[in-house]
Amino acid sequence: MNTPSNLKYAKTDEWVKLDGSIATVGVSDYAQDQLSDIVFIEFNRETDDKVTKGDALATIESVKAAGDVNSPVSGKVLEVNEGLSDIPETINDDPYEKGWLYKIEVSDPSEMDELMDSAAYDKYCEGRH
Amino acid sequence: MFIPHTDVERQEMLKIIGKKDLSELFNVIPEEFRFPDLDIPHALSEMEAQQQFSNLAGANNACDEMTCFLGAGAYNHYVPAAVDFLLHRGDFFTAYTPYQPEISQGTLQAIFEFQSLIANLTGMEIANASHYDGATAAAEACISAYHHFRGKRPKLVLSPNLNPQYLETIHTYFGMLDESKLVVPEDQMAFSDPNKLADLVDSETALVLVQYPDFLGNIYDLAAMTTKAHEQGALVAVSVNPIALGLLKPPADFGVDFVIGEGQPLGIPMSFGGPYLGFFATRKELVRKISGRIVGETVDGTGKRGYVLTLTAREQHIRRDKATSNICTNQGLMALAATIYMSLLGKSGMREVAELCYHKAHYAAQQIAGLKGYKLVTQQPFFNEFVIECPKNVSVINQHMLEHGLIGGFDLEKVNPKLKNQMLITVTEMNSREEIDLLLDLLEEALHD
Repeated sequence: MNTPSNLKYAKTDEWVKLDGSIATVGVSDYAQDQLSDIVFIEFNRETDDKVTKGDALATIESVKAAGDVNSPVSGKVLEVNEGLSDIPETINDDPYEKGWLYKIEVSDPSEMDELMDSAAYDKYCEGRH
Repeated sequence: MFIPHTDVERQEMLKIIGKKDLSELFNVIPEEFRFPDLDIPHALSEMEAQQQFSNLAGANNACDEMTCFLGAGAYNHYVPAAVDFLLHRGDFFTAYTPYQPEISQGTLQAIFEFQSLIANLTGMEIANASHYDGATAAAEACISAYHHFRGKRPKLVLSPNLNPQYLETIHTYFGMLDESKLVVPEDQMAFSDPNKLADLVDSETALVLVQYPDFLGNIYDLAAMTTKAHEQGALVAVSVNPIALGLLKPPADFGVDFVIGEGQPLGIPMSFGGPYLGFFATRKELVRKISGRIVGETVDGTGKRGYVLTLTAREQHIRRDKATSNICTNQGLMALAATIYMSLLGKSGMREVAELCYHKAHYAAQQIAGLKGYKLVTQQPFFNEFVIECPKNVSVINQHMLEHGLIGGFDLEKVNPKLKNQMLITVTEMNSREEIDLLLDLLEEALHD
């Protein structure tokens, strides 16, 4: 399992990369692996929408299951990776780079402290088997 | 009665939930309600029950023994004998549609053919496996549009010339939402032209829903209205009479987003209101927003053609709290009837039925317009339904005609008090020249009655 150490992770398997006040959000390698082949993604938010931590940002459907992507931070949507709609399998192939979902301008950076670092997330995932 | 549990199993279950016996389990129900005296007659023997039901059925006036000019949503068309024969085959005649591909290739193929035929008839890219009836299909189009915009466009503009029962169903569906967002202009006359309806569309509007031909039989060109609605970012749904599509331009040509309707005219008897069949077609882009299911064609491991459920709204099985509709099944047997009907008639047969309806209706309308005391209200092009104004109350005239074995047209005053003395007459291929002449005679007689 690939868990980059420069990212933060939520219990619901989203990752966040913070650059200044801009958070990039996606789903973890563990999550894409659990879902298996992803066939559909629906984005629930668009640019300029306000989001609150915990909001359902998107729905990902795989051949096995469907699940929500919950926002790990609060703020305003700056960009949506809408190109994924046509090639949702990108999330399987490259969850941390090309498979990003949203860029969000963070309104409360302290929310980052509630997230796990890579070591804690690895441990958390191990405990779920 | 079939009770699958044995006494031993019942004891085991009671033990698990910590109850001594069944009476302890049910003692939360107040005693006086446990075994109330039911005021029902004594049981009948099979022979007596048979006789009683025959007598009750005999009190009905069925269309096959009468002359019928009533439509307004349910239509008296000829049902070829082959429809019923094939429908009653044990392979198809089940209480519930079996969808498992391992055991149901015939059922799935029939649904696949149904979808293909409906897509073809409406001119749309995709059709689902069907709904309960036209009203449900109309409400599902509203729901799909509402959720397409994720609730950001909460307004629905509904034509006042939609079947009133469809309007009621939509109000029921949206009863939990802000009803003020359901816009139905009350001025039927002013808003019968869909182009005027388009003026009510704004950036809050998710959907405009119109009927084609509309409830009063009028046919309008929907192209300009559709363009106008699309300019505001709204979607457009059209409820159609499938038989009319044998002759009319398919609504897809207007660029609409949903085409839905009542499939009863396609080989399903009127049967006192059901079971009927809703059909639902849309553009490929919206396929993820619709309820119900879609059967697809594929190949199995050895490359042989096979049919499977390709798409079902995922929420209904695994994320029920997120579901946007509670409908996941289809109207299997009735969809099969419509499939058989359309297959038997084919493209030219569908056109022929439509032409017969059109010409007979126009003959009847022309003749009634010449009758003293009667007036043809319909000014728009129409298919097989038109409105006349009568010299007296429609219910009085219909009563007179009923006594002579003829079911008259729909009394429009029942749905709109402003339409007093107005009758919606429906003519199908079932109505012979003699029947139309009888209608004319009786209308004339009613004047002097």
